[in-house]
Amino acid sequence: MTEPVTMMAATTRLDYVFTAGVAQSKNLHGLEEGKFIGQRCPKCKKVYTLSRGSCPVDGLPTDEIVELPNTGTVTTYCVVNVPFAGQSIEIPYICAQILLDGANLSFMGLIQEIPIDQIRMGLRVEAVWVEPDELGPTMASVKYFRPSGEPDAEFDSYKEYL
Amino acid sequence: MSGFPELTSGHRPVGVVSFAQYDNVRREDAHNEVEMLMPVVAEVFGSIGITKDDVGFICSGSTDYLVGGPFSFVTALDAVGVWPPRAESHVEMDGAWALYEAWVLLQEGEIDAALVYCFGRSSPGDLSEIMALQLDPYYMAPLWPDPTSLAALQAQALIDSGRASESDFAAIASRARRSALANPKAQLAYDRSPEELLGEDYEVAPLRRHALPPLTDGCAAVVLAAGDRAYELCERPAFITGIDHRIETHAIGARDLTRSPSTQLAGEKAGVATKKVDQAELHAPYAHQEMILVDALNLSDDVALSPSGGALAANPMMSAGLIRIGESARAIWSGQADRAVAHATSGPCLQQNLVCVLEGV
Ligand SMILES: [Zn+2]
Repeated sequence: MTEPVTMMAATTRLDYVFTAGVAQSKNLHGLEEGKFIGQRCPKCKKVYTLSRGSCPVDGLPTDEIVELPNTGTVTTYCVVNVPFAGQSIEIPYICAQILLDGANLSFMGLIQEIPIDQIRMGLRVEAVWVEPDELGPTMASVKYFRPSGEPDAEFDSYKEYL
Repeated sequence: MSGFPELTSGHRPVGVVSFAQYDNVRREDAHNEVEMLMPVVAEVFGSIGITKDDVGFICSGSTDYLVGGPFSFVTALDAVGVWPPRAESHVEMDGAWALYEAWVLLQEGEIDAALVYCFGRSSPGDLSEIMALQLDPYYMAPLWPDPTSLAALQAQALIDSGRASESDFAAIASRARRSALANPKAQLAYDRSPEELLGEDYEVAPLRRHALPPLTDGCAAVVLAAGDRAYELCERPAFITGIDHRIETHAIGARDLTRSPSTQLAGEKAGVATKKVDQAELHAPYAHQEMILVDALNLSDDVALSPSGGALAANPMMSAGLIRIGESARAIWSGQADRAVAHATSGPCLQQNLVCVLEGV
């Protein structure tokens, strides 16, 4: 007699074509050229980086393109000490929310060239890009952020972005 | 103000007062979901002169399986703008069910208006594989049956029952696509005779190409308003006098696929037969399904069927059901109909069905 089937594996895989859209395409093409691109809301005038094309407060298209500088402020951070599958950086390392100068939305970035115990809120940082021939339409074009050497930002200047 | 119709469902008259939909297209790869929704939301508010601040509730219908990313319904809210914070909900279903949730909340009487929207793109993934994952995960999904093959089983069962022929399917497709010529939002419209359509090859026998819906990217939105507020926003609101939805078992083999008892029951609860029906917008993605629905709703020959062309003209996922309600409302606003039946379906072979009766005063 054959053994009864008590278990079966039903593997599932779906492939998708991602649609970046008009706004995000502009962000991605900016990264390809080694610069950050933001979009300004026509109503509240806030500037979003890596936006999906709308102001999430007003629901309006953020059509105005704003080129943003290479510098920003660490609003908050965490030190990663836990290894996980697929980890590409040696632990411990610093992950931080970075608010680019002139932007009203922070994004997550890697911080290097600073001892782990010296990371702090308000730290001024600048982006380090990959070599020009390695630039592409991806956040991987930014190698990491490092201290810019400027004095720390005042808490009041970034307290709305925590 | 002209009073309110008698209600079969609920106790508070709620009307559809605005409707907008995206241009239904085969592949919208320039704009993401938020960018697709923004003009639709702007139109649905703008055409009646209100803003997001004038609705007390927002409800959406969509599924992350189509986008291939988690919480896509949360990011889609960016198209509306939800600050200051507002009451909001989402169903992993067609927008017609999101409208049902909004209608229930409006019955409670705390709010007077609600926004309902939905979006669905067929193009980012392989729709025939994605749709297989809505099936029961043990016995059906591992076989990856595509929706057209399942619909073909249903069509064959209908033929075997002696109640339909392939010519009937061709006649329905021919009429729907001809009606669609007058619908500026139709994706697929043509003037071709049933005889000509019968010359097409089978996609999956007994279904030829004409009996299948197009693959569509699209989205839609509706504004509901209750009581006097409905008349402030619309000269002749399309009041929801009856609405109900029912579901059948997920075991396809346990159903009589040639009948739709869930549609029949929903139609009875929604009061379809209590008065004359002028037109019915049926969400029948496959041509033969219209026959099953007409039967289940017991619609007479003088009812105009899917004047917009129905889902055979454009079939945006998660949206084609709400669009049936929107098109029905439009017919009432214009005076083309006094009483219209809108239907939405979900699941394989008409598994789940919603029936909404709309009336103008
Ligand atoms: Zn804004």
